[in-house]
Amino acid sequence: MNEPIVLATSLQKRFGNITAVQDASFSIEPGEFFGFLGPNGAGKTTTINMLTGLARPDSGRLSIAGIECTGNVKAAQHLIGVVPDESNLYPELTGLDNLAFCGALYGMGRTARKERAALLLESVGLAEAGRRKFGGYSRGMKRKLTIAAGIIHEPPILFLDEPTTGIDVESARHIRKLISDLHATGTTVFLTTHYIEEAERLCSRVAFIVNGRVVRQDSLENLLAPVKGVSILSLCSTRSLEEADLAALSRSFPRYVFNPEKGNALSVQSEEAFPISPLVAFLEERGFPVLEAVRRRPSLEDVFVSVTGIGSEQMKKEGKK
Amino acid sequence: MKTWIPLFAILSKDMKAYYLKPPNISWGLIFPFAWTGMFFIRSGGGIGGIMELLPGVTALSILFGTTSMLAVTVTFEKKSRSFDRLLLSPITLETLMLAKTSGAILFGVANAVVPVLMAMLFIDVSGVSWPLFAAAAILIAVVSAFLGLFVAVAVSEVFEAQTFSNFIRFPMVFLCGLFFPVQSLPVFLRPLAYALPVTYGADLLRRAILGTGMMNQWMNISILTGYCTVLFFLTVKNVRRRWIS
Ligand SMILES: Nc1ncnc2c1ncn2[C@@H]1O[C@H](COP(=O)(O)OP(=O)(O)OP(=O)(O)O)[C@@H](O)[C@H]1O
Ligand SMILES: [Mg+2]
Repeated sequence: MNEPIVLATSLQKRFGNITAVQDASFSIEPGEFFGFLGPNGAGKTTTINMLTGLARPDSGRLSIAGIECTGNVKAAQHLIGVVPDESNLYPELTGLDNLAFCGALYGMGRTARKERAALLLESVGLAEAGRRKFGGYSRGMKRKLTIAAGIIHEPPILFLDEPTTGIDVESARHIRKLISDLHATGTTVFLTTHYIEEAERLCSRVAFIVNGRVVRQDSLENLLAPVKGVSILSLCSTRSLEEADLAALSRSFPRYVFNPEKGNALSVQSEEAFPISPLVAFLEERGFPVLEAVRRRPSLEDVFVSVTGIGSEQMKKEGKK
Repeated sequence: MKTWIPLFAILSKDMKAYYLKPPNISWGLIFPFAWTGMFFIRSGGGIGGIMELLPGVTALSILFGTTSMLAVTVTFEKKSRSFDRLLLSPITLETLMLAKTSGAILFGVANAVVPVLMAMLFIDVSGVSWPLFAAAAILIAVVSAFLGLFVAVAVSEVFEAQTFSNFIRFPMVFLCGLFFPVQSLPVFLRPLAYALPVTYGADLLRRAILGTGMMNQWMNISILTGYCTVLFFLTVKNVRRRWIS
């Protein structure tokens, strides 16, 4: 097995009384697409800051590409590209000048950085906008340029902090494509997100982080293995179920697992295929007319919910914060 | 990695984005122009009076020109998070802080030229020791830049940086022997004067322009260099402690 490209052992970070990150350990192999999935305030940004040199862990160890970085990431910063959750480029410079400036920070010569900047503008779809000031860009354009700035020096490791949060669907799709293309060319990617589908679609390995703790981490395949044969049914009603109704359901159907979902829906999980009519009858009797019943493939979302107890509903709400 | 590439890039970006912007050119060049004129006219000491005032006016121009900019180039960039980009790049903190101050230093030195050019219109300045003048101007610019940087790193809001730097530079106008000698200050204020680096810069300027001064020039130069070194390393330490926390 290769030496891990990022090796974090028991990282810990407190801010006053708040423990932002607690005992976080993970290792990332070269070329891996590692997802860090968790709700708001889980400690994702704090973890990225510790890994990239913007925050000093209170305790724990860190090594990047074999370079011992505990307490000082400087020695490995040339290997790292960072795309922060909020753009940190210069509004008064043009897109092109911003990229060229970032290239210079990594010691790239004038011609090399100009050429690379032009190439990147092209590939993120900002060739035209490159001559305009960054301050006038839309959110999606800003995010794309920030990604370009993060990879100007062709880093082997790229950290992305919620790259698709707060932008429109089309731009988000474009950004996901950019990131998976980068990964395909051999870049190791560390991505934080609170979009479960995004993690499932992109990542080869995922860690769930909740309240500063990594509660589970594994390859996507292993995470999905327990739900592989599981049968899931989504039932949609006119109103959402109360705790008491859920408890009654669980009592009457002990072999099924029930989870409330968005929009008055309820998911029903079972190890094997099951009949629908008894459930529908039970619900309608209690005043929940069933408008729709859909069978679906189990997803990472179901795993996340069962591991963390946090519903996708709640995660989505967080994203809008 | 070639250190000069990022250093020069940061300097020229700051120049382009901040120092060469019209409001700063006016603050930096017209303001010294205005107060030099004002001092020269008000002094009433005739042509000889101009020579007497020149060291103080020059020091004042450098001090204000230099310290005013770092609130923007450092505090503002930290607040708007673009400073994080610099902290994330593989440049040592020392190089980074030198790059951020070099623009202010050049700006300060440029400010020193204004009063001299104006004085040249009225008086003969052939008696001035230009090498010493240059040394004094540069050292005052460096020490003011590092003072400004120290303040910029110690606070988190731009207005705090501005208020705080006024809080230290206005007293300097009166205490550092710019317009009247330190010896004429009340005894209890003198230790304060000797604790402020600009006192030594102003003294060095007097030596360069008027040929007289309180202290030996080498003494002044060493003390100023000492101040620069201490302020610089204190600031780098502060950045490490406060911004990579
Ligand atoms: N500089 C700071 N000072 C004090 N508390 C902080 C600081 N940075 C983070 N925290 C706290 O640490 C916890 C983790 O924050 P962090 O920003 O890492 O979460 P996150 O997972 O990135 O959340 P989000 O999805 O909102 O970006 C939060 O409770 C936050 O309030
Ligand atoms: Mg975050």
